Amino acid sequence: MAIIKDICTVIRVKKIADSIFEMVLEGRIADEVENPGQFIHIRVTEGNAPLLRRPVSIAAVDKKNHRLTIIFRSGGQGTLLLSRKVPGETLDILGPLGNGFPVDKVDSGGTAILAGGGIGVPPLYGLGLKLREQGVKVISVLGFQTAESVFYQDEFASLGETYIATVDGTSGTKGFVTDVLNERGFEADILYTCGPLPMLRALEAGDYARETYLSMEERMGCGIGACFACVCRKKDDPNGHSYKKVCSDGPVFKAGEVLI
Amino acid sequence: MNRLQVELPGLTLKNPIMPASGCFGFGREFSKLYDIGQLGAIMIKAATLEPRFGNPTPRVAETPGGMLNAIGLQNPGVEKIMAEELPWLQQFDVPIIANIAGSTVEDYVSVAEKISAAPNVHALELNISCPNVKTGGIAFGTDATTAMELTRKVKAASAVPVYVKLSPNVTDIVEIAKAVEMGGADGITMINTLLGMRIDLQSGEPLLANRTGGLSGPAIKPVAIRMVYEVSRNVSIPIIGMGGVASAEDALEFLYAGASAVAVGTQNFVDPFACPSIIEELPRLLDRLGLSTVKECIGRSWKSNEPIAHHCP
Ligand SMILES: Cc1cc2nc3c(=O)[nH]c(=O)nc-3n(C[C@H](O)[C@H](O)[C@H](O)COP(=O)(O)OP(=O)(O)OC[C@H]3O[C@@H](n4cnc5c(N)ncnc54)[C@H](O)[C@@H]3O)c2cc1C
Ligand SMILES: Cc1cc2nc3c(=O)[nH]c(=O)nc-3n(C[C@H](O)[C@H](O)[C@H](O)COP(=O)(O)O)c2cc1C
Ligand code: FES
Repeated sequence: MAIIKDICTVIRVKKIADSIFEMVLEGRIADEVENPGQFIHIRVTEGNAPLLRRPVSIAAVDKKNHRLTIIFRSGGQGTLLLSRKVPGETLDILGPLGNGFPVDKVDSGGTAILAGGGIGVPPLYGLGLKLREQGVKVISVLGFQTAESVFYQDEFASLGETYIATVDGTSGTKGFVTDVLNERGFEADILYTCGPLPMLRALEAGDYARETYLSMEERMGCGIGACFACVCRKKDDPNGHSYKKVCSDGPVFKAGEVLI
Repeated sequence: MNRLQVELPGLTLKNPIMPASGCFGFGREFSKLYDIGQLGAIMIKAATLEPRFGNPTPRVAETPGGMLNAIGLQNPGVEKIMAEELPWLQQFDVPIIANIAGSTVEDYVSVAEKISAAPNVHALELNISCPNVKTGGIAFGTDATTAMELTRKVKAASAVPVYVKLSPNVTDIVEIAKAVEMGGADGITMINTLLGMRIDLQSGEPLLANRTGGLSGPAIKPVAIRMVYEVSRNVSIPIIGMGGVASAEDALEFLYAGASAVAVGTQNFVDPFACPSIIEELPRLLDRLGLSTVKECIGRSWKSNEPIAHHCP
């Protein structure tokens, strides 16, 4: 696998929920993708504002057509500019970055839980596709703020049992992803998760599967491991000098590896 | 003749472009993207006597045309850098400029002594300008006498030429520059980041965990240019200029201001291929402006007001 910088073409941009956009990109980076959960670093403007690239997870990859799908929430300056791109426009993208989710930790016939929160849901979709391909049973539990922000429910449903939780109860279970998990008590070999820190902490602390892998977010500079912007501490050395870089050692870590 | 070549104390540079300290790690990541042997030099991440974890995150925040960082000099310590990073860098035909930092004079002296002995370290960059650590760093760079004393001691301990990295967070940068020249500095590198802050509107708290951070990127270029211009006219040691360099044009502007070579920091994050792109573009830019060598550009803004002679390359 190589990290490359490529000028990708925007194929499609679609609003799929409140402030949530799905974008399909075409370029050579798709050829280099190795694992679900890897991300790309997007330069949203050729100008100076915003200056830094934006890290966004790869939600799905279509190697045959050299295409990537990303899903992002338009909030700040960078993602707003991104949401306004139209088909045919190009984007300067660096990637694929990071290690992604290990897909070889669960055997065919095993069960995996995908637990996603809000904008942490996208990389789990590509992961689900891959796991299904390998004959793994997939149970998806996805948490959102409210019914309007729910996305990809049907896509996940096509992978297997899918449960929605919303904070305000307007769709699915009222509450959090952990409420669904506690209520249902699934038996699973492995749990993969991506989402807000409180959710990651709750899932790490809970006993929901034999093994848990979580995908982290941190503010980034370079995205390739050179600037030390994105470090987190290791759990076995909370006050020492050991560290992991979210961009290059992560963004996916085994539960218990880093301090969250 | 190599029209891009420049000579500085301890350094024969095949071109005047190098990555700035802290923006390139120890080169490993970038070596996977391009041949880092084509760089004029490499300024490696600051080395301290002991390993440092640095500051809590978030460590970066953005501003229009720039970024704030508060990494806090995270590094594995001089021993490990000498055991693992410098030997690895020896495979490339590139002079290394080792950035050194410390909390006390003794720290600096000790790191200088050790790291200057590495065969590929051709110069030291004495970092007296890091705004992101509680002790040391910038404290040595804002007072002329302190800066001169430290320079003298490090110079005495170092086996290679010493460049002092100046902070822009001072009232009179020329005064500090003259002081380090008196202290025996072989050259000056400038500028380090400008101390800044951003506040989150929702939480009301500073965006950076360290509260303040150093501003870098295109936003600081005019400040850097002005300072290089002033300092270069008042000292006789060469300057490696930096601050917001994103293109060959920016690099030339620094040369014109009085720098003899140019470092690229933040732009490595915006475009990881920034350094090789600038190196590739530089000869074309010289051609377009009718200039034959980099050397003749140095200090042009104040050395002569005559029109440039038009040579054929
Ligand atoms: C590995 C990784 C994968 C990600 N995947 C996705 C995804 O699939 N979909 C999605 O919507 N978002 C994702 N994010 C978050 C995304 O990077 C931010 O939403 C985005 O950078 C915000 O930019 P902005 O200009 O709109 O916001 P602003 O708040 O204006 O951004 C200001 C600065 O903070 C940084 N920043 C803000 N929020 C975050 C954050 N949550 N994580 C890291 N940096 C942040 C920005 O990059 C920028 O440098 C991911 C983040 C990481 C680290
Ligand atoms: C993330 C980051 C880390 C840095 N680390 C160091 C460092 O370790 N030592 C140092 O002397 N300067 C450090 N700097 C300052 C740069 O070397 C440079 O002086 C400054 O960023 C201005 O150049 P630029 O605008 O091209 O980035 C750092 C800058 C950034 C952005
Ligand atoms: S973002 Fe630069 S090291 Fe991770």
